[in-house]
Amino acid sequence: MTQQTTEPPTSALDLAEEFLDRTTPLSRIRNTLHRYPAVSPAIVLVLAVIVFGLLNDRFLNPANLSLITQQVAVVGTLAVAQTLIILTAGIDLSVGAVMVLSSMVMAQTSVQLGLPGVLAIFLGLVVGLAAGAFNGFLVTRLKLPPFIVTLGTLSIFVALTLLYSGGATVRGAEMPELLTAMGATFNIGGVNFTVGVLMMLLLYVVVALILGKTAWGRHVYAVGDDPEAARLAGISVNRVLMSVYLAAGAILALGAWIQIGRTNAASPNAGAELNLDSITAVVIGGTSLFGGRGTVWGTLLGALIVGVFRNGLSLAGLDVLWQTFAVGVLIIVAVSVDQWIRKVRK
Amino acid sequence: MTTATDAAGQAPAPGPAETRTPILRARRLVKTFGRVVGLDGVSLELYPGEVLAIIGDNGAGKSTLIKCLTGAEIPDEGELFLDEKPVHFKRPQDARAAGIETVYQNLAVSPALDVAANLFLGREERKRGILGSVFRVVDQKGMREKARNELKALGISTLQDVTVPVENLSGGQRQAVAVARAAAFGSKVVVLDEPTAALGVRESNQVLELIRNLRDRGIPVILISHNMPHVFDVADRIHIQRLGKRAATITPESHTMTDAVAIMTGALRA
Repeated sequence: MTQQTTEPPTSALDLAEEFLDRTTPLSRIRNTLHRYPAVSPAIVLVLAVIVFGLLNDRFLNPANLSLITQQVAVVGTLAVAQTLIILTAGIDLSVGAVMVLSSMVMAQTSVQLGLPGVLAIFLGLVVGLAAGAFNGFLVTRLKLPPFIVTLGTLSIFVALTLLYSGGATVRGAEMPELLTAMGATFNIGGVNFTVGVLMMLLLYVVVALILGKTAWGRHVYAVGDDPEAARLAGISVNRVLMSVYLAAGAILALGAWIQIGRTNAASPNAGAELNLDSITAVVIGGTSLFGGRGTVWGTLLGALIVGVFRNGLSLAGLDVLWQTFAVGVLIIVAVSVDQWIRKVRK
Repeated sequence: MTTATDAAGQAPAPGPAETRTPILRARRLVKTFGRVVGLDGVSLELYPGEVLAIIGDNGAGKSTLIKCLTGAEIPDEGELFLDEKPVHFKRPQDARAAGIETVYQNLAVSPALDVAANLFLGREERKRGILGSVFRVVDQKGMREKARNELKALGISTLQDVTVPVENLSGGQRQAVAVARAAAFGSKVVVLDEPTAALGVRESNQVLELIRNLRDRGIPVILISHNMPHVFDVADRIHIQRLGKRAATITPESHTMTDAVAIMTGALRA
């Protein structure tokens, strides 16, 4: 009741503002999180690393850390595409399916048709872009909710993948070297990194710069924030949405390339858990499912958290199912925190 | 209440304004939505340096009228002249490019973006040199500087920090951002749709002050409002819509608020 007495409020209006703006420690934390949404995932990541490090000596072992980064490379890449789409208040349930389809096209065209690696990767990129264009077309022209669109295209792309590949895995040894190049490793300070991890980090830098520094980036946020306001401000909402789905498609093709390097194979059955994990990474990273709020850096932290949890729990000797359980808990906690943060001043 | 009679499409309203050329003129605008007639041959003139209020009951066609003036709707029939030159707006951007800026009722601001980003939303300025031309990097510093100057020039003192996200602002401050965005960039006409509808007394007064500032800077304002005291406070002339038509154009001097309401509801034939 009797909080710190600053200057006495002069009018009823001031009094009301004073009341709404009360700075309890909790609301101050909330304001900080509101302004810097990447703070909470950063804290979670540090805590998780400390706890898992204490639970098992092997966790902080360079070889294990290297493994975590490799495991994160694919999810982390898909999560960039997912971030772009969620920033526009959409969601993409087909990211994993598009990536697998693209990777199968890369692998099959090079092995069965004997195309050179560059051409195979280019065709994979075309497939990624086409899938993005298809999703984008349905969202912008038919005005269907992204959830429904990508729920449908998820099944379509999975079926196309199996039809096209005949359900067969292509081994990396059969492919041109360029296709598995993302799996090559190099050593920094005793920790092995793959080219794929490097590519993923590069992707984060590029997308963060584009989102933060270009008009297009601002328009992505504006469209997700309030599409009507964006339209009235003179932004072509459909064009922005379409470009986001196309960009996501290209990023998913890059993810396909990284995935081939990571597993040294292209399997039509890979990536089942990647849809959910990519959404989890984005949401844990502080990007709002309601659009217009979030950063790719938060997503990187989110992807690392998912990777650390999966790895740490398996090192702790728990059943694989507990990893899935933990990811589920993480999503719910992250969305609850997001809701709480959004309560700042209406 | 006897003077201002001009049926749809007739000569402009009487008074001293007659001799001047209107900056914006609409002739016999018609707009139908299916079987609903939104506008039934409405004409309107806006002269330099004036605040023209548009009032009318719900469904009288106020919103449709300004939508047609600002490119948000395309009229079925009728003509629009800006500076006596015919114009055809297909999208809000067209009207905007021609110098007609609109502040919408639902406050078309992006809550998560900051004040400066909102002022420049949809027309971001890029950095000079290769960073801007090839990498399309926006000039954040320059835009913030310009935003500060613009707010100062408009006499908006309630917005000190242009880096604050708009969602952290009060309703009046948001309205100020929206109005500032409309008034910046050398616009010829500013259209305000119910700018005080959601505001308290103090904030409403600030917005009315802002409207006077705009007019004093030579920018004519079209104001749509339900609030008669506000209308009679700032308007130079008042265009009354009724049943999709212009019932009359009056001035605060020639008519009282009661007269205006009577014309609006049809109790009084102007």
